[in-house]
Amino acid sequence: MKRYSVFAIAKEALNYHMGWEKAWASPAPKKEYDAIIVGAGGHGLATAYYLGKNHGITNVAIIEKGWLGGGNTGRNTTIIRSNYLQDSSAAIYEKARSLYETMSQDLNYNVMFSPRGLLMLAQTHHEIRGYQRTAHANALQGVATEWISPAKVKELVPIINIDGPRYPVLGALYQARGGTARHDAVAWGYARACSAMGMDIIQQCEVKGVKTEGGVVKGVETSKGYIGCKKLGIVVAGHSGQLADMAGFRLPVEAVALQALVSEPIKPCMDVVVMANTVHGYMSQSDKGEMVIGGGTDGFNNFTQRGSFHHIEETLRALIETFPIISRLKMLRQWGGIVDMTGDRSPIISKTPVGNCFINCGWGTGGFKAIPGSGWAMAELVAKGEPGPLAEDFNMWRFKEGQFIDESVAAGVAH
Amino acid sequence: MLILECPYCGVKAEETELSPGYEAHLKRFGPGSSDEEFEAYMFARKNPKGVHFERWRHVYGCGKWFLAARDTNTLEVFGTYPAQSSEPPADLQDKIKAKRPDWKGYK
Repeated sequence: MKRYSVFAIAKEALNYHMGWEKAWASPAPKKEYDAIIVGAGGHGLATAYYLGKNHGITNVAIIEKGWLGGGNTGRNTTIIRSNYLQDSSAAIYEKARSLYETMSQDLNYNVMFSPRGLLMLAQTHHEIRGYQRTAHANALQGVATEWISPAKVKELVPIINIDGPRYPVLGALYQARGGTARHDAVAWGYARACSAMGMDIIQQCEVKGVKTEGGVVKGVETSKGYIGCKKLGIVVAGHSGQLADMAGFRLPVEAVALQALVSEPIKPCMDVVVMANTVHGYMSQSDKGEMVIGGGTDGFNNFTQRGSFHHIEETLRALIETFPIISRLKMLRQWGGIVDMTGDRSPIISKTPVGNCFINCGWGTGGFKAIPGSGWAMAELVAKGEPGPLAEDFNMWRFKEGQFIDESVAAGVAH
Repeated sequence: MLILECPYCGVKAEETELSPGYEAHLKRFGPGSSDEEFEAYMFARKNPKGVHFERWRHVYGCGKWFLAARDTNTLEVFGTYPAQSSEPPADLQDKIKAKRPDWKGYK
């Protein structure tokens, strides 16, 4: 792998930029691998990357049904934060956020991490109490957040209307080192690093079945033939239930559509991320100037990657009152992603009833921010066969035991 | 946009008039059941990419709960039926089988 640097740009400029090599190879699958990761989204690629980097396992294939980073990794609103209430969540999301800080240097790929600050608006008295509690919990967890006044919110976000009357801003939970990153670059950077370590990224290859013998996984049937493996990691978000079904177990996961939309580009007007959880409106301004807006989920199972229009209407109706400046903006694109929701709205990083088969799913509406931490924890699980400290509370048996990591209650909404 | 016909009042209602209630025909387990049964009842929902039976409530209409058969992969609605049904009506199951020959059947 040729390193990207200012000198490389200068050198390639002399060749009219015709000499850049492909960022990753696209080999045909081998007969067998030490580990197969199903799903070349952010979480799958990060898992493979840390398998190689932290555990020295590089005889790995990452199998992808569509194209790399083409699922929820390419469909989210790129928000990164770690201001969670529960200790287990704060640990893994803060691990992820801290890995984002150095990801560009680590991968030698500019992921454009922008720790521009993130506000979660309190617009009801219930939220005031909830976020003050979270701020205290974060202080104990070592996550830098603070509760700020409406005046401070107005100072950070001059375009905001804090007076209501329907949706007044009563304060906010502020995480100064939260922000955004370039979502595609995260997938591409991991893919390039994985390929450089000798891993095989196999796109357009759909898993059709999981082969087990005596309760232990042996390989996967795919649209490109049978591929054997010693270990299998399933990291497929919305289709986790389908893969689990192939492997012969059930997951406490339901797939629903989550929507986002983006406006025409305008001049810089907001240099923080603002989340209004009560109205399911999440807004930031991209480097191109577009206002990127996340909405809420539908209330029914859906695999169509398009959501119900009335959710968009509800989100915008509220945001227009909070941000009057956007009322005349044209919305350019709207799309949906299929997210896998668990009963406690926390993820599953777990061993499964099938031997040597591991699952990472259930990130629901907030998976992008967790990509590096999730990959770190999943790689440890796949490599050692047992979860490390980051993953152990996220096992799939917690529902039976009643040991929920209850973030839906913590925030009053899904993340 | 989903349009479901309420089997009670006959109104063809679009989804803003309705409230979704997830999986239908759940068998309920309570005190005295095994841990596995209770966990499955509480959390292990069917999540098919295809034919799915679910509960809906005509919340801004007659207010009653009813059940619907729908394809989660295409949003096609096969039909609706009253909530007092222990399983989908036979004619509805036949209609789904005709449209989805691969469908493995209810349960």
